[in-house]
Amino acid sequence: MKFTIIAIFFIAVITVVYSCQSDEKLEYMRYYTTGQELYKTRCQNCHGAQGEGLAALIPPLTDSVYLKTNSNKLACYIKNGLKLPILVNGKPFNGEMPPSGLAPVEIAQVLTYVQNNFGNHSGLHSVEQVNKELEACN
Amino acid sequence: MKALILSACCLLGLAACNTSNKSDTLLPIYGNREAVTKTVNGKTVADTIYHTIPDFETVNQYGKKVTRKSLDGSIYVADFFFTSCPSICPIMHRNMLKVYDEFKKSGNVKIVSYSIDPRHDSVAVLKNYADKMGITGNNWWFLQGDKQAIYKLAESYLVAVMEDNKAPGGYVHQGYFVLIDKQKRIRGSYDGTNPEQVAKLIEDMKLLQTEPQSMIAQ
Ligand code: HEC
Repeated sequence: MKFTIIAIFFIAVITVVYSCQSDEKLEYMRYYTTGQELYKTRCQNCHGAQGEGLAALIPPLTDSVYLKTNSNKLACYIKNGLKLPILVNGKPFNGEMPPSGLAPVEIAQVLTYVQNNFGNHSGLHSVEQVNKELEACN
Repeated sequence: MKALILSACCLLGLAACNTSNKSDTLLPIYGNREAVTKTVNGKTVADTIYHTIPDFETVNQYGKKVTRKSLDGSIYVADFFFTSCPSICPIMHRNMLKVYDEFKKSGNVKIVSYSIDPRHDSVAVLKNYADKMGITGNNWWFLQGDKQAIYKLAESYLVAVMEDNKAPGGYVHQGYFVLIDKQKRIRGSYDGTNPEQVAKLIEDMKLLQTEPQSMIAQ
């Protein structure tokens, strides 16, 4: 009996907490989980399951400072590919990332995943942001 | 009831048989084999000829000639790749780095990665790739040779490769790591994109390293 009461109490608490989550938080969760799947199928072969990259050939995705300061360029990198000398975790990379062929919303999802995993905590990278960033690609 | 006991006994017998097989720690030998008879000291004896890796002619990342003979006295792991490969090669070589790190101090263990895109993968491109992978010395060679010859050679390693404009990067190939013994026989084939299989490869290589000379000389 006591057990049932405790169980009901917990369910109630969880329901309240869950419905109290802001829309943005839910949006973030949706982006993150879809982004995780996209990462596995489209990025993980190169960047690794832990975002560790590959030696000096492929940069890791663990440099939070790099990802933050370049946040508004990442969408363009994912869409069009990247072939520029860059500095990640203090090491030079000069490889070539091919264009991904992802739609803007998918870019937003995969970036939300990358920017909140591997030690990064940047929150939602929305499709509205991505659309704006893509207009500014050069 | 009797039948039950009987079948239980049978199972036990089988299990015993299995364990005795397991204690036999030799790795299998793959590929076609041929039974032959030959004459030794006037007596006719049966023998088996195993499939072996044929001769090949390539150059490594240092521009040095590498043939079948260059691998004499070593056990080695072979794979097929190309430097601009956007699909499975990064996974394969992330895993192969573990093999390299494990055996880089052993003189009699080598890794050879044959490029299947020799037009793009010149010696300079391969050297740059090796440098970026952090590979030094002669434990891991990146090899370039005549394209048709390399494709034919892949078959003898039981690895499928082909050109395909529709595939990412323009080529399709299997990501096997193939383990070769000192007599150039295939002793194992592992999915180079699967970390567990690569761990198994490392174990098997240690086993093969300790294979007794009498076995090697058979
Ligand atoms: C074919 C291999 C490959 C694939 C697939 C790939 N990348 Fe990259 N990525 C690279 C390389 C190589 C660079 C560095 C390019 C340079 O040096 O100019 C890079 C750079 C980056 C960078 C900027 C540098 C850094 O490490 O922070 C980000 C972010 C990134 N990739 C994210 C992704 C995401 C997300 C995906 C999946 C949608 C992806 N990449 C798919 C190879 C790849």
